[in-house]
Amino acid sequence: MSEAATQGAPTGAPAPADRPRAWILAHRAAGILVSVGLTFLGLTCVTFFIGRVIPIDPVLAIVGDKASPETYARVRAEIGLDLPLPVQYWRYLVKVVHGDFGNSVITSHPVLQDLLQVFPATLELAVPALLIGVVVGIPMGVVAATHRGRWPDQVIRLLSLFGYSMPVFWLGLVGLLLFYATLGWVGGPGRLDVGFEDIVTPVTGVITVDSLLAGEYDVFWNALSHLVLPASILGYLSLAYIARMTRSFMLGQLRQEYVLATLAKGLSPWRVIWVHALGNVWVQLVTIIALTFGSLLEGAVLTETVFAWPGLGLYIKNSLFNADLNAVLGGTVLVGVVYIGLNMLSDLIYPLVDPRARDRQ
Amino acid sequence: MTELTRRLLLAGSAAAPFAGWVRLADAATPKDTAVFAKQIDDIISLDPHESYELSGGEICTNVYDRLLRYEAEDHTKLVGGVAESWAVSPDGKTLTFKIRPNLKFHSGAPVTVEDVEFSLQRAVLIGKTPAFLFTQLGWSKANVKDLVKASGGDTVTATITADFAPSLVLNLMSSIVASIMEKKVAMAHDTNGDLGNGWLKSNSAASGAFRLVSWKANESVTLEANPGFRLGAPPLKRVVVRHVPEPASQRLLLEKADADFARDLTPDQIKPLSGNPDIKVESFKAANTFYCGLNLGYEPLANPKVRQAMKMLVDYDGMVKSFLAGRFFVQQSFLPIGFFGAIAYAPFKLDVEKAKALLVEAGYKDGFAVKIAAPNVSPWTEISQSVQQTMGQAGIKVSIEPMELKAVIGQYRARNHQIAMLSWGPDYFDPHTNADSFVHNDDNSDNPKIKPIAWRNKWLIPEITKEMLAAARELDTAKRAEEYAVLQKKVTDDGPYIFMFQNNIQVARRATTTGYNPGITGDQSFFRTIRKS
Repeated sequence: MSEAATQGAPTGAPAPADRPRAWILAHRAAGILVSVGLTFLGLTCVTFFIGRVIPIDPVLAIVGDKASPETYARVRAEIGLDLPLPVQYWRYLVKVVHGDFGNSVITSHPVLQDLLQVFPATLELAVPALLIGVVVGIPMGVVAATHRGRWPDQVIRLLSLFGYSMPVFWLGLVGLLLFYATLGWVGGPGRLDVGFEDIVTPVTGVITVDSLLAGEYDVFWNALSHLVLPASILGYLSLAYIARMTRSFMLGQLRQEYVLATLAKGLSPWRVIWVHALGNVWVQLVTIIALTFGSLLEGAVLTETVFAWPGLGLYIKNSLFNADLNAVLGGTVLVGVVYIGLNMLSDLIYPLVDPRARDRQ
Repeated sequence: MTELTRRLLLAGSAAAPFAGWVRLADAATPKDTAVFAKQIDDIISLDPHESYELSGGEICTNVYDRLLRYEAEDHTKLVGGVAESWAVSPDGKTLTFKIRPNLKFHSGAPVTVEDVEFSLQRAVLIGKTPAFLFTQLGWSKANVKDLVKASGGDTVTATITADFAPSLVLNLMSSIVASIMEKKVAMAHDTNGDLGNGWLKSNSAASGAFRLVSWKANESVTLEANPGFRLGAPPLKRVVVRHVPEPASQRLLLEKADADFARDLTPDQIKPLSGNPDIKVESFKAANTFYCGLNLGYEPLANPKVRQAMKMLVDYDGMVKSFLAGRFFVQQSFLPIGFFGAIAYAPFKLDVEKAKALLVEAGYKDGFAVKIAAPNVSPWTEISQSVQQTMGQAGIKVSIEPMELKAVIGQYRARNHQIAMLSWGPDYFDPHTNADSFVHNDDNSDNPKIKPIAWRNKWLIPEITKEMLAAARELDTAKRAEEYAVLQKKVTDDGPYIFMFQNNIQVARRATTTGYNPGITGDQSFFRTIRKS
């Protein structure tokens, strides 16, 4: 047992009740570390070797079709592609451990710098989208469950199905045509109008936040007008998913005997549904919300394409099509970090929303 | 809580996220700024001695002045850029350039002969992809400092060791590698002997019509007018090229006046614009050659009669009259119309019966199977399907292998293709640029010194290569043009290429924004002539 683990013990030998608890905590921490390490290793390994077998030549992506054989060979050696694959992978791992993801061949910048630039743009889209999904999707799911088979359920089912089945690409274009080109209610593709660019110095990279921090309210409103449509469309997609899942979880709860018992005891239906039944599905909902957030962060490629939004999804896609392996690996590792982080966050939230989870710990 | 209150709450929560749908900024672009909506994710560097992509080349054209130029006012006439005049020695080996007086870089420093000497040498010394444009003159890292020198006063001399016609060498001096940069600024950012390359990827040290303000990869390039430009200050103060990957989004930006130009619209988006009085669509001849490369390593394609037959199994006219209308025209030559020496040549038409007869003569009366590697985007998908259909009429069973453009190029360079369907753009404004690729192969081994297109298709042509190199050396301009005419016919008729089309660039613009011509190559895409009313 470590020194730290014994510090809290009163005197003499640690109390029998404390020893297992400290041991459990240490064991859990070690388990998380091993799990995170293995996930990273697997992630980098699979991505690295897939990157080496795709039929796009990364050297060509740098030198172009017309490079001489000498230039081609020199660049190939410069980026280490002349080395055996295991050596290349080992070198890559050593660099990553030191925080060096290499340089992107497309942007010429360090990949980490690129990721720090594109990730805030994606966050700016994903956070309001998730908020829409949670704030609207969960009540919709509850209403659908409590009105099962009746018209509110049918309307919500229709809305959800529409959100599920319509390609986001199409939704984005139709949204632009209607709200931007026809009605003129929102800004067009891009994060800002040209006249508002380069006014605010990036601090967080999230333009709405940076403009508020700088007191540039015109820029803020312009950024908001550009953000609202892609965020709403992404929000609609997450809403459709969250609403359907909430309905399903709630139906499971509403069939439980405790619901009947509490109603029989005279509790108001509102309290039974929104406090007791909904309270019991939060653990599942937290998982769903975390997964939705993860997919919003890395899976918004089409939305970013339609809205010319320079975020993480577009960055990874462009990198992949240009065989920019450092950038692809860096982006993948970041996505992995996001998922691992969300998983850990979910684990932390479970005890807060479910006393049974708290007791288990 | 009453039912009504609950409903109000629900309705309120559903409506809240949409409350921000209020347009708070007017859309029109600023009057002193031209905004392009364009796909610019091909840019990997804005160092003119490294940049070799279309979008990067266009930006460098506007930021850097060059030794000589084909200016916006006359795309066909070679004139002085940084050089005021030039002279060629009688043997054609030494060129002397007199530098204009009173030219200034964006920094305010004067353009000197040392800057010119440094720039020409640097293009070779940093050894990036475009360096071959100069190394073919006989310049190398070892000798370029001896062959390119400031010769005192206001002149720079460049001596070539290769046998090239002066007109070709002068054309090379108008290409991207002849961009002149400020030595002091470049060297101030030298890192490990890279001559400032790392810094100049996204910064500039130039004297062109525009100063590079910023390049945000996959987002935008912003340029600012240089009021001290030698041909006068550009009318517009700023040019912004925004990366808009989706053509449909480009069209919406243009229609809402959030962009002045849309550069990548597809035909189905251009058609409806014809009814919009605020939008004009213009078509400009471009210099890309669209062709199929036939690998002679695949047995049926090594037979000249089979190749002849295949050239008669493409519906050239049908395609340009239907799905390629307005964007392409038939040109069956390795030289695009508009280039010196190019001839309008189209000897092949769809003739299934004649092709069948040729296949019988070649011993393939039942046809054969062949794979076409083609980029998986329009118009390649449509062209390859048309070719598949017409070749099928003569029994040639074509299977299309759609893939990423870079994957097609990778396969092509490795000679692993049977047929590769691609386009080729010239590197500089001289016929030798294409001739040296399509008509050069005197070493068919697996690892030759150079790997031009003729090599990729295993077309061993030592004699024709000599003729091509002789044309590159020819001092008599009229005779040189004749030699290229002969070469073009020979290569089209017998070579392992099905030359199909040359393209037009269609640019959609706001009616109030005028004066832009993208030129036949990116070297002639000038922003300084754009005006807004």
